[in-house]
Amino acid sequence: MRYLVLAVMLLYPLTVVAAGPTSTDLDEQQAEQYHDLTKELRCLVCQNESIAESDADLAADLRRLVAKQVADGKNDDQIKSYMVERYGDWVLYDPPFKWSTWLLWISPFIVLLMGLVAAFAVMRGSRRASTQTTTANRSDDPDDERIARILAEADQPGSQTRDEDESR
Amino acid sequence: MRRIAFVLPLLILISLLALLGYGLTRDPTVLPSTLVGNQAPDIDLPRLKGDGQRLGLEDARGRIVLVNVWASWCLACRSEVPLLEEITQRTGVPIIGLAYKDDEDEAAQWLDQFGNPFAAVAMDNEGQTGIDWGISGVPETFVLDASGKIRDKITGPVTRKNMENQLLPLINKLQASM
Repeated sequence: MRYLVLAVMLLYPLTVVAAGPTSTDLDEQQAEQYHDLTKELRCLVCQNESIAESDADLAADLRRLVAKQVADGKNDDQIKSYMVERYGDWVLYDPPFKWSTWLLWISPFIVLLMGLVAAFAVMRGSRRASTQTTTANRSDDPDDERIARILAEADQPGSQTRDEDESR
Repeated sequence: MRRIAFVLPLLILISLLALLGYGLTRDPTVLPSTLVGNQAPDIDLPRLKGDGQRLGLEDARGRIVLVNVWASWCLACRSEVPLLEEITQRTGVPIIGLAYKDDEDEAAQWLDQFGNPFAAVAMDNEGQTGIDWGISGVPETFVLDASGKIRDKITGPVTRKNMENQLLPLINKLQASM
């Protein structure tokens, strides 16, 4: 009994292979077109699989439809537009560039541009900050003397109180 | 200038978070229907237990109808039946059933068992009409106006919530403009 269960479990995957797409009546070129197309069309119920990969019933139906249309001599554009008419651009893994999809296409470039602007701003900011420190070192601003004195006294305990009294 | 450099990234972050937060509220399995706003695809199918009679949308021209895609093998479809009946009761709008990839005997038995909210049922045994209507699963419900245009679509079962908030207001609006 145990061996029977094991045998069934081991043999089961073979039935899955047997249930794959049937495109037997297509010639070589048509079969290639069929395989390319089914990879480019998204399965609607399983979301992240193409209809070539999916085991869903609807995907099997759509595969059959694609096979039939390929056999009828339809070209890629005709078959894709048949699908888009019914399921929208969403069904294509490679959506066309048009007014409703422009943001999708250019958003990576917008992000890149924003990054470049930010990097430029940061670089310019740090250069200005370093120029400021160098000029500050050279200046004879009376505050500098005081800052230097405070920094020097910072190591000595008790000096802080005196400094605070002084500032009042 | 320094203030802008501080505030701008913060604003971008906040708007990005808002966008992503909005994305979380959306159900990714619901497809935007391309058919909404377009003329409904034709139906020419055998009528359930109709002895070879055909069922089309011609008879529905000039009036508001719902088209409900269902199947006897669909569990979620059972929960819609009382709500679909309520829609017809409250608005007088008939519902055409489209039995998707179903068996005629099983479909008839299902209607006996769970209730029949439909004015007529068309048998789409091959699922071809379902594909023409852009079905990705059952149930789905379409609202057709008097000119035969699809005005809205509910993917998944009709619930009290989407019936009260979506279907009934639209039907009332369409009826008021007739």
